Amino acid sequence: MADLVSHPDEVRVVSKRFGEGATDIDRYLALDGYKATQKALTMGADAIINEVKASNLRGRGGAGFPAGMKWSFVPKQSPKPKYVLCNGDESEPGTCKDRLIFEHDPHSVIEGVIIAGIAVDSHQGYIYLRGEYRYLIEIMEKAVADAYARGFLGKNIFGSGYDFECAVQTGAGAYEVGEESALMESLEGKRGIPRIRPPFPAVVGLYGGPTVINNAETLANVPHIILGGGEWYASLGTPKNGGTRLFCLSGSVNKPGVYELPMGYNLRKMIEVAGGIWNGRKLKAVQPGGSSVPVLTADETDIPMDFDALMKAGSMLGSGAVVIIDDSTCMVKYALRVMKFYQHESCGWCIPCREGTDWLKKTLIRFHSGGGVRRDIDNIQYLAENMLGRTFCPFGDAAAMPTISLVKKFRQEFEDHLEGKPCPYEDHGKIEHLPVLTAWDHRTADPWAQAH
Amino acid sequence: MADVNITVDGRKLTAPAGTLLIEACKSVGIEVPSFCYYPGLSLQGACRMCLVEIAKMPKLQTACTTVIQEGMAVTTASDTVHQARKAMLEFVLQNHPLDCPVCDAGGECELQDMTFSYGASESKLIDFKNHKDEEQWSPVVFFDRPRCILCYRCVRVCGEGMDVWALGIQNRGALSLIAPNQDDHLECEECGMCIDICPVGALTSGAYRYKTRPWEMNHVSTVCLHCADGCKTTLGVRRQGSGNQIVRGDNRDKSGINGDFLCIKGRYAFDFIEHPDRLKQPLVRKNGTLTPASWEEALELVALRFREARDTDGGASMGVIGSSRTTNEENYLLQKFARLVLRTNNIDHHRTADFPAFVNALSGRAHATASMRDVLSAPAVLLIGNDPTYQHPLLAWQIRTNVRLHGARLYVVNSWPIKLTRQAKEFLQIPEGAEDKAAAFLAGDDSAADALLTSKTTREKLAGFREKLQGEQNLVVIFGSELRGQELAALVRAAARGAKYICLGDHANSRGAADMGLYPDLLPGYLPLSEAARFGEPWKSVPQQPGMDLEAMVAAGKERKLRTLYVVGSNPVARYAIDPFALAETFVVVEDLFLTETADLAEVVLPAACAYEKSGSFTNTCGDLQLLRKAGDCEGVKPDLEIIVRIAELMGFDIQQLAPLDPSGMRADFGESRGVQSGEVDQQAIWNRRQGYEPRVSPFNPFAVLKEIQRVVPGYNVGQLELLSGNDVHTATAGRAPGKTEADRFILPSHENLFTSGTLGRYSDVLNRVIEARLRLPNEKEKEIAAD
Repeated sequence: MADLVSHPDEVRVVSKRFGEGATDIDRYLALDGYKATQKALTMGADAIINEVKASNLRGRGGAGFPAGMKWSFVPKQSPKPKYVLCNGDESEPGTCKDRLIFEHDPHSVIEGVIIAGIAVDSHQGYIYLRGEYRYLIEIMEKAVADAYARGFLGKNIFGSGYDFECAVQTGAGAYEVGEESALMESLEGKRGIPRIRPPFPAVVGLYGGPTVINNAETLANVPHIILGGGEWYASLGTPKNGGTRLFCLSGSVNKPGVYELPMGYNLRKMIEVAGGIWNGRKLKAVQPGGSSVPVLTADETDIPMDFDALMKAGSMLGSGAVVIIDDSTCMVKYALRVMKFYQHESCGWCIPCREGTDWLKKTLIRFHSGGGVRRDIDNIQYLAENMLGRTFCPFGDAAAMPTISLVKKFRQEFEDHLEGKPCPYEDHGKIEHLPVLTAWDHRTADPWAQAH
Repeated sequence: MADVNITVDGRKLTAPAGTLLIEACKSVGIEVPSFCYYPGLSLQGACRMCLVEIAKMPKLQTACTTVIQEGMAVTTASDTVHQARKAMLEFVLQNHPLDCPVCDAGGECELQDMTFSYGASESKLIDFKNHKDEEQWSPVVFFDRPRCILCYRCVRVCGEGMDVWALGIQNRGALSLIAPNQDDHLECEECGMCIDICPVGALTSGAYRYKTRPWEMNHVSTVCLHCADGCKTTLGVRRQGSGNQIVRGDNRDKSGINGDFLCIKGRYAFDFIEHPDRLKQPLVRKNGTLTPASWEEALELVALRFREARDTDGGASMGVIGSSRTTNEENYLLQKFARLVLRTNNIDHHRTADFPAFVNALSGRAHATASMRDVLSAPAVLLIGNDPTYQHPLLAWQIRTNVRLHGARLYVVNSWPIKLTRQAKEFLQIPEGAEDKAAAFLAGDDSAADALLTSKTTREKLAGFREKLQGEQNLVVIFGSELRGQELAALVRAAARGAKYICLGDHANSRGAADMGLYPDLLPGYLPLSEAARFGEPWKSVPQQPGMDLEAMVAAGKERKLRTLYVVGSNPVARYAIDPFALAETFVVVEDLFLTETADLAEVVLPAACAYEKSGSFTNTCGDLQLLRKAGDCEGVKPDLEIIVRIAELMGFDIQQLAPLDPSGMRADFGESRGVQSGEVDQQAIWNRRQGYEPRVSPFNPFAVLKEIQRVVPGYNVGQLELLSGNDVHTATAGRAPGKTEADRFILPSHENLFTSGTLGRYSDVLNRVIEARLRLPNEKEKEIAAD
């Protein structure tokens, strides 16, 4: 179990049961557990949706779409079953918040799924866990089993006459499956490849039925909103950005960890919450929403952390993973690290993402090790800009945006790597010769993965 | 559906609601490039080549997944769109090897074309391209991953189109690759659709690769000579030695009834042409041994013996066996030869379906047969007997596609859960051999139900099945040779509203052979012998007694009463297991491609040209008439048409009465020796003459015979223009076949499957290699896997 961190500025809503032993259903019930579900059963669908709308709860997965509005898109009548899906495929580098929710407060996710189900008149929920989160499956499955044993799930929940089934499912481990339609493909047992949209999941989703799909943190917030009221929740954050958020502060800080802070909390103060930059280093840049958002330079960090303010600053709040970068970091290497991730995770469906990430990774490996030429810099930007907005799903944007911002904002660092010069941030510098890739043979290990 | 107005590049256009933007643009000639979009297959949106600007949309949109909306304003020619296309090509070329000079697809590669049209002229790539060695998946399918652009067309056509699902995708990202779902090899129908549909050279054909460059070939659209479905096949021919060599078969001319489709036989099994055992010189039996002879010697001997027999014992002592693989013109001419020259009705052929009973049952309903195209558009299809997946691959494709794209309802009655039951709405499993009972039951005879009951088929199920069928309008009813005579007639007569029928024969021109009157008791168009006079003055001499069928001819042979037997393109000895000694005293003449079991008994063997080496026409099993065009050459052989006429001439018959000499018939027509695209004088014929060789060009234009067929055979008076344009024309079933109500007991289904095709299949290298690969014993590695 990961060590929990804390700070006086924290406003604990979704994390209030962290460290309280709430995986045990009796302990959870003692901590106001399942009260929200019972209240929701008496409220009716429209009242629930209105409450969630009033809370200004926006999707915690990255896109920040208002949750209440999403639920209201689901048609009231449907010939096919409706589904509620919890997206627990938390894969964005730097993001580690859903994991804590599953680990410390699994029942809150189940409650969120049930309440969303009541709101859209669905009777089947799925909690999809990231393939790599094997150790959380046991916790979640036990929680679901406990809820069934108490009659909180299954037929006639809480004696209300409402039926709701819920199951935990996992994938094979793919970042791409965090994309909602790819997650549905994966859940249906197919390759995790996104679907053509429209139709959107609210109309045609899992198994062709109308589907609500929300991030685990979003759903875990729902019981608190039902109990505390939408207005109370909204008042915790800034206008249009209701409530608190689990921020995953990582990188060059003294006390990295997951802190629950109000929406709109200042980024510079946030770095202090995490204990400040380590080793007396200076701040160089921040990636405020996970690896897929444009970086902010140190000068740009005096900014409230909410969806709208960051959008205005040319970046995004994303999944709430704040990566703090100090001045000993080579930004070319950073770009390479990010691109290695995207090249590895690209599903390969569309040309620009599949080939663009591969090309960028090859170029950045060579470039960082001193084999770069001047036109590479423009080419890196060119490739990323031509991926942006043209890929099948937002994955291509996620790979392109940080790359473009890194080249634009830290061009000088790229220039410093030219003409065979070793990386100025590393004491050894040698040009890495790329092997001719023979990795398509699935029976041998990926030499790229081994080499780097 | 209501029409929708949109604007593309400032041009206003109208298209039905629901049209995809890419199709709407195409309809007015605005090209939107794409790799992954393929009409009829599921949408992918994967290649991102079709990105266009749509007003009010923040990002570029894929035209292949966008359905047009009223008032949509689209730009396909802006700088942004051009840049997107250019960049997409740069991306896809990142890992694509530039081995165009040695790539089979070079010259007909969509990636090449697009790079010329939209691409960048210089590469930005400095780094290595990914590489993976080439793989062979089957005798005919090779895969070169580096060339693959992952458009997933092959995966879709194999799965959605063929319903085989032999291909899948492995790995992800840049390491994604198309791979067989079965370990390292394909276990499929080997149709080669994946190769044909591949826009680049990633999938190449084991039968064609490295043989030629596309621009060195001429392309001749002709009709496949294997099964009875009549697929149009485009043969790539190349000048080789002293004639044209066929190097490839495909369906790049998608205009035929088969559209995209070809099966393994249509695509690859033309190679029997070049088999070393091919007969290229006439053989005459001397001292008990078949010995090479000149055409003059052989033909003169045949004419002499035929004339002797006719003039001494009369036509009744002579038999003629025609072929279900020769052209309509040859079949028509052969029965005319028998009836006018030999003065006999002793003519028969290998019958594979009860066409006379079918025609008899349809009497008065000349347009109640369905064409192959109807199967693709019918709202409902009933299939009784047969297994089209293996015996009529195009028919199966049409049914599958109709169900998949148009939601047609398929009803299957079979004794076996055939593959097409996957597409079926209703499947009625009946006991083996009870197809006739099923037909009787469906036609309303409740007493037939007893014979249909099985553990799965109850009386309720039977009644429900019939009731559903009775509710179907414009049903297409397809039945195999299991249905004959009265049951066939009952089914056809029970016709519900607008029903149309298809009677399935087995060979490329089985229907044509029947239509052209290769029967002892029926004239062309299933007319009775009493109506011979309507064919013209000379026909008045045709004997009015029905001749002998094949069985009677053999019996006559045993009694030493059959003096001559003229077998054209048929192998009755093997097919009907005829006792070879039955024909010991008969002067047997065989025209064929190979030394068949029948040819082996012959006194004279004449080497014939196959259907790919001549012009003419075929009628498929539905009654669709199509033209054959000469594609290849084989030195030494002659078309049956010419051989028949030459024999008649040597017998002293006025050949003008037999085959009207068309003024155009004296020169090479239809690209007889140079491929259809050549308008040049026939240099080959001139060269042959200079060298002292026989001209290989027939002096007779088969089209002159076709003109006569169109004039005199009921149902065949179809538009010439359509035919000459290379289209299929559905013939009417205008004949009556009077008295043909009993089941034809001489029907012998060919029992071909996807990989066999009678004698021709035996000599096809590709078919044999595929069969061997499929039969190969599991090796050690596979045993290990099996043990797991």
